[in-house]
Amino acid sequence: MQNGKITKIWELLNTVPDPEIPVISVVELGVIRDVTYIKKRFIISITPTYSGCPAVKTFQDDITECLKKNDITNFELQIIYSPAWTTDWMSKETKAKLKKYGIAPPSNIVICPQCDSEETILISDFGATACKALYKCSNCLEPFEFFKCI
Amino acid sequence: MTNLLYYTLRIADSSLILGQRMSEWCSKGPTLEEDIALSNISLDMFGQANGFYEYAAKLDGKNSADYFAFHRNEREFFNHQIVELENGHFGKTIVRNFLHDAFNFLFYTKLSESNDKTLAALAAKSLKEVKYHLRHSSNWLIRLGDGTEESNYKVQVSLEEIWQYTAELFEMDEVDNELLISGIGVDNKALKAQWDEIVNNTLNKAKLKRPTDTYMATGGKKGMHTEHLGFLLAEMQFMQRSYPDAKW
Repeated sequence: MQNGKITKIWELLNTVPDPEIPVISVVELGVIRDVTYIKKRFIISITPTYSGCPAVKTFQDDITECLKKNDITNFELQIIYSPAWTTDWMSKETKAKLKKYGIAPPSNIVICPQCDSEETILISDFGATACKALYKCSNCLEPFEFFKCI
Repeated sequence: MTNLLYYTLRIADSSLILGQRMSEWCSKGPTLEEDIALSNISLDMFGQANGFYEYAAKLDGKNSADYFAFHRNEREFFNHQIVELENGHFGKTIVRNFLHDAFNFLFYTKLSESNDKTLAALAAKSLKEVKYHLRHSSNWLIRLGDGTEESNYKVQVSLEEIWQYTAELFEMDEVDNELLISGIGVDNKALKAQWDEIVNNTLNKAKLKRPTDTYMATGGKKGMHTEHLGFLLAEMQFMQRSYPDAKW
């Protein structure tokens, strides 16, 4: 009976953007692990990308706001740690969106999102957010961010 | 306090205290990229600490995660002494972090196989981040050790200063032993051989000399600390102590 509503919740969650990378949604990022209906409440399971990612709090607030705005109030957000988040959960489409936005998507070979060159140099393993590293392209010389594989 | 709670707090405390130390680098890093790296590592440590404190709060059933972080005194913290040591210069921070990261990497690898599902999940999560931390500190140690005469000298001195705090990492006391038997805890002693291998390889590449074991410090896991921890807590806990339960 609640299956239709669960589908609706997934659709709504898919409209909540990642606070740091607004071109992808929290669903595409892979942090929403499950939506279930238990004892008249929808339980939304969320897993953090990195343990200390400050965006976790923001997207919890954003999800709450989005669902309430759509008259869904009987829900709970729960944080789960297992299985640990991995960039393997990102689809090809999501990776393409990242690339278009100027972020090299997670892959074994770091490819420049501007000119597609594979000749890239690591500047720093840590970037503006926990999930990214800094690279520079040796071909077009543009600096860019790489979404780290974890 | 149950042994499991004690064990969980030890892990949480080491993460929190190292996170606080790393946060002291924010805006003071040697380069912009490095400033971001050190602050990012700090955030990871805080996040890991939070996971373990939330679990501790659940086990305790009375006190919250914030209570454990902000309302306990020095003697009630059970972190390894190595993480509370002052940052010193950048090279000293790198040496301390490297020695601890190598341990953390091996420790979380084992803890991720724990019979306790929550500890195993938190360990598996932390392990992914610690791999980056270890890579970061190893690369810098090699660069500084195999750098100029001055950088080599400075990190060698730091290595000798900090070495005495490494033995505690591998100690097993009654809490560790009991949890090891029940398949929850890690055999710290058994990690030593692999730790030696990582450390020796990296020191060789860095052209640094491995110090000899002389006096080795101990006590952090039982609440005995160096003079540095009190000052760190004074700064970290000030707001919550002055304005209890303040929120923003």
